Amino acid sequence: MTRPRTLYEKIWDAHVVEQRPDGTALIFIDRHLVHEVTSPQAFAGLRASGRTVRRPDLTLAVPDHNVPTTPRKDAAGNRLPIADPESAAQLAALEQNAPEYGIRYIDAVAAEQGIVHVVGPEQGFSLPGATIVCGDSHTACHGGIGALAFGIGTSEVEHVLATQTLLLQPSKTMEVRVDGNVGPGVSAKDIILHITGTIGAAGGTGHVIEYTGSAIRALSIEGRLTISNMAIEGGARAGLIAPDEKTFAYLKGRPYAPRGADWDAAVAYWQSLVTDPGATYDKVVVIDAADIAPSVTWGTSPEDVVPITGTVPDPAHFADPSKQAAAAKSLAYMGLEPGTRMQDIAVENIFIGSCTNSRIEDMRAAAAVLKGRKKAANVKWAIVVPGSGLVKAQAEAEGLDRIFIDAGLEWREPGCSACLAMNPDKVPAGERCASTSNRNFVGRQGPGARTHLVSPAMAAAAAVTGRLTDVRELMG
Amino acid sequence: MTPLHQVEGRAIPLGLKNIDTDVIIPAHWLKTTTREGMGRGAFESLRADPDNLFDRPEYRQAPILIAGDNFGCGSSREHAAWALGDLGIRVVIAPSYSDIFSGNAVKNGILPVVLPQAAIDRLMEVATTDPVRVDLEHQTVTTPFQDRFTFEIDPFRKMCLMEGLDEISLTEKSEAAIAAYEQRLDAARPWMRPAALMS
Repeated sequence: MTRPRTLYEKIWDAHVVEQRPDGTALIFIDRHLVHEVTSPQAFAGLRASGRTVRRPDLTLAVPDHNVPTTPRKDAAGNRLPIADPESAAQLAALEQNAPEYGIRYIDAVAAEQGIVHVVGPEQGFSLPGATIVCGDSHTACHGGIGALAFGIGTSEVEHVLATQTLLLQPSKTMEVRVDGNVGPGVSAKDIILHITGTIGAAGGTGHVIEYTGSAIRALSIEGRLTISNMAIEGGARAGLIAPDEKTFAYLKGRPYAPRGADWDAAVAYWQSLVTDPGATYDKVVVIDAADIAPSVTWGTSPEDVVPITGTVPDPAHFADPSKQAAAAKSLAYMGLEPGTRMQDIAVENIFIGSCTNSRIEDMRAAAAVLKGRKKAANVKWAIVVPGSGLVKAQAEAEGLDRIFIDAGLEWREPGCSACLAMNPDKVPAGERCASTSNRNFVGRQGPGARTHLVSPAMAAAAAVTGRLTDVRELMG
Repeated sequence: MTPLHQVEGRAIPLGLKNIDTDVIIPAHWLKTTTREGMGRGAFESLRADPDNLFDRPEYRQAPILIAGDNFGCGSSREHAAWALGDLGIRVVIAPSYSDIFSGNAVKNGILPVVLPQAAIDRLMEVATTDPVRVDLEHQTVTTPFQDRFTFEIDPFRKMCLMEGLDEISLTEKSEAAIAAYEQRLDAARPWMRPAALMS
């Protein structure tokens, strides 16, 4: 009889190549996703040392951060060049490196192109129980299907390319259990914003968070990917949600997923990927789903969360002196006064997209609010950026693109877009954006840009009224 | 990687909590295919203030940075470590770090020292006028005023920093174990090979 183990411990144990006496272990990496921003220096390192990619078959490359979200082909179907020379050079580097090392590459004009964390699960490349890495902190996302997935730096990208392993210290485990049912207008994004506000931006540091409870189980796979995506905003390098029948149904038939008898064997294995009764976590946080309102951030840390019905907090009311100082700085940057009702804050920009909220369900949620409505006159820039070409095609098949365009929003090509101010999609200095992305850091959406993180439905509601809005007021 | 034993010099008393890697190096500086020159973009939003700490003469080339809780949170960009290194920083002292940042720092020869807030507060005070000394071998931070703080560090990280080790070469010594694992994996979970690549 083996001792009861958490889901994290089971996945860890299944990937130990070599246990070291100092407590570290060499861990096998099942899947490596590569994008254009954090890989060029890793490939340069391989080249300089004469190394090769050990397992190109376990590696998938796709550009996402730098690609503009404007049309990529002209009327004749010819590929348009990327105007920014540095972005073009990064893309060119990936385009050259991938085939040189035998790595499968989804190019910028392929139908399957998209944000790497949308593409992985969508292609069935990401699988439950797998170890998945990518040079991007939102790799935590893939935990939504029960994979142990985490972001790595470029030195580690090179290490995985060369050896298909990483030398790691085991993490501590943390359970975040959300019990009960959420109310109307409350989405997966509101749940994870509420969790981040509750545990703090460093609440999960050193831990892998497993999200459990009936409110998590009730979520679709898209919703679970949204939750796990933002594990990193709570400090946890990885999030996990145990796979179940919904997960298997989501993955079945996807291009890289197992087929036939292999599929049955895989499902049998995946069904064992649950935390055993009696297993203990190092830390447990319990949240009542009924306490979660549609949520919004007021500051420059993702822990700065209030319900949309709330007000901008007074920094003096925080117990921790360093938080008082940080909050005062945040409010100065955000141009907000304590006591202001969140719903009175006007927004000039709307961004619906990012690896957090750009899947088909997110598109549907935003469209449901925007249907038959128009964006407010004070909203200058409002874009909807699907997470992949396949999400885009699906949304168009459902007529969602028409709803967005009729409401006065722009319907774009897939990519990371305005999440991170790396491509042409940026929020102007001093302006506000109701954004479905994951980070409200200083300058994240552009120098001086002021970000309020919200769900897709809440971003759509803000587009309609021109201010942060309780989406429940617009629900029929 | 340059080995690190002792570092002594001025320490920049930054001290803020939740300094994210977008603040350390904004995304537009990431559009490069090399590791060099990141220091120019380091802390760009803070350095927009002409009176910022980083550009004061006494802190130019300072080898130590003192920060608040959760330093290096957010994006996994190793460019943050490259930017700090390019500024000349070899040691960061903070109460806590994001997991990804502290790993990236060590891989670039930068020591992330963890000390409690009370020690940080004292060092912030000293740093306004005097140098700070960090000794990795003895795991101490000391000041000219007899302050002496000891810190913990993972032994493997300590060895990597002190010897300036290349981790890939180290892992390559485990080639036989990796190959054996791959064989076991193929036998136990053959379906883990991506289906679309097998046809």
